[in-house]
Amino acid sequence: MRRSLADWLGISWLMLVLVFLYAPILVMAAMSFNASEFYQLPFQFSTTWYERLARNSAILDSALRSVVIAAVVTVIATALGTAASIALWRYEFRGKRVLQVLLFPPIAIPWLITGTAMLIFFYAVGIGRGTPAVILGHVALALPYVIVVVSARLTTFDRSLEEAARALGAGPWMVTRAVLLPWIAPGIIAGALFAFAVSFDQFVVSYFLSAPGDNTLPVLIYTAIRKGFTPEINAISTIIITVSMALMLLAARFTKFGGER
Amino acid sequence: MSEVRVEGLTKAYGSLRALDDVSLRFPDGGFFGLLGPSGSGKTTLLRAIAGFVAPDAGRVLIGDQPVENVAVEAREIGMVFQNYALFPNMSVAENIGFGLRVRKLGRDEERRRVAEVLELVQLGPLGNRRPHQLSGGQRQRVAMARAIVTRPRVLLLDEPLSALDKSLRVDMQIELKRIQRELGITTIFVTHDQEEAMTLSDRIGILRAGRLIREGRPEEVYADPQDAFTARFLGEANILTGVAEEGGLRLADGTLVHRPQGADAGLIAVRPEHLEVSVAEPACPNRLRADLRQRVFAGAMGTCVMQWQGQVLKSIARHDDLRDLPETGPVWLCWQDRHARALVQEP
Repeated sequence: MRRSLADWLGISWLMLVLVFLYAPILVMAAMSFNASEFYQLPFQFSTTWYERLARNSAILDSALRSVVIAAVVTVIATALGTAASIALWRYEFRGKRVLQVLLFPPIAIPWLITGTAMLIFFYAVGIGRGTPAVILGHVALALPYVIVVVSARLTTFDRSLEEAARALGAGPWMVTRAVLLPWIAPGIIAGALFAFAVSFDQFVVSYFLSAPGDNTLPVLIYTAIRKGFTPEINAISTIIITVSMALMLLAARFTKFGGER
Repeated sequence: MSEVRVEGLTKAYGSLRALDDVSLRFPDGGFFGLLGPSGSGKTTLLRAIAGFVAPDAGRVLIGDQPVENVAVEAREIGMVFQNYALFPNMSVAENIGFGLRVRKLGRDEERRRVAEVLELVQLGPLGNRRPHQLSGGQRQRVAMARAIVTRPRVLLLDEPLSALDKSLRVDMQIELKRIQRELGITTIFVTHDQEEAMTLSDRIGILRAGRLIREGRPEEVYADPQDAFTARFLGEANILTGVAEEGGLRLADGTLVHRPQGADAGLIAVRPEHLEVSVAEPACPNRLRADLRQRVFAGAMGTCVMQWQGQVLKSIARHDDLRDLPETGPVWLCWQDRHARALVQEP
């Protein structure tokens, strides 16, 4: 079949968008394999920066800390968010509308302000700075995302399935576990991915709430840039991107991005 | 197996009375059809028996036991939903076994009973399929199997055949009746399809605007509808209005016809199959002069559509008997005294 001019324009536009999205990342990935510390060309393949990364305990420690925090945040935010979504969906109660509306502003409030507010609040209640504060802060940021994604999936749930399960003798817990959760699982997985991403990418709130020296990876990278950038940062970033993209592709395969199976 | 009763059941949604003081007995082992137009409350009644709807007044008894304090999951009912509501994340066998799993009957017992019921609904080899891999008729059977495998005290069917196409529906009606007879389970069945209700049910109840209008054996209700709504809703009826006077009923065109007992309101019904059409004036106690407008051929039977005093009248007869009639033109209509049924005004 011949393609029309409009088709070609569309395809070119798509290419342009892809270049816009991926060119900086590809340049960074390429430079992580370039021998020159100052990004000089010609390109000389080298794994120096990866070797140096392997010996850089500061970067590795902060990367591990980021992963652990993100994992804990993902578990807490996904569990709380899923439970909250189910409660909002299942029950009618006074103030439900207000509650639903109040869930959205945290997504829109600048993180700088949320971070400042949290720092003040955590000092006021005696939590102070440190890993617990970072985790609490990240959970608060991630919760609305989980609720939005899981709630969207819940609206597609056919209530007669719940009724059918009850007619067959299943109590509320059994209905939730055997019928409702399997249906919203794609939403829960998507929500968990969001929660992980919100936590792992988080700079502002982490910067405010981390105890001095206990840097998460984004905070460490920020500090490193100020002191002078080395391609080791490119190397760790390249690793992170590869892993996240693999995770996303895996999630997309399992959830079809929340679509019907 | 249990008898089901509802007593004075009332349910309002805002100003809408979905159920208005409905009392009914659903005999043990019987097949009861609840019939009515949409919004008549038939589904609300079924859902109240299941326990999904809490009545404002009145009560439901299953096997002489009041169930207002018994949750849906403890009522020991089997229910088939209009859209079947098969669990999409489970195979056919898992769907059917769900109620047994809930009851913790053990792996072996579960497998045995699932296999047994799969045979009963003639789905033997399909146990491992997923619901989305099945045809409409097969899904219907799975829903049915899932509802009966737990040996419930009562089987509730909410328009279970309405999603199927016509020919499949007739097959499934026969199946449904066979399974119900085999199990002897008290069955309550909601439909808006009067033909289906008459085919399947031992008894029917007709609802309108939340009220029970009529209850009885289908033949009995059909033969003697008693009110204009039932006459029109269950089958077709020619309803004639006149003034009751000495010796008969004076119709709008001046004809005096037989007035059956009870027709003091001046309302009678004649079923289309009892209205004979002829060109020559018949020797008949009740005759009308009408205008034949149309003849509709429908296989073995044919329908004649007549105009009389601004009203449409219908006659159904074997096609062979209609051969001598013209396509259109003036005709005689005739019916026997015993075929005129007295009606009260719509309740």
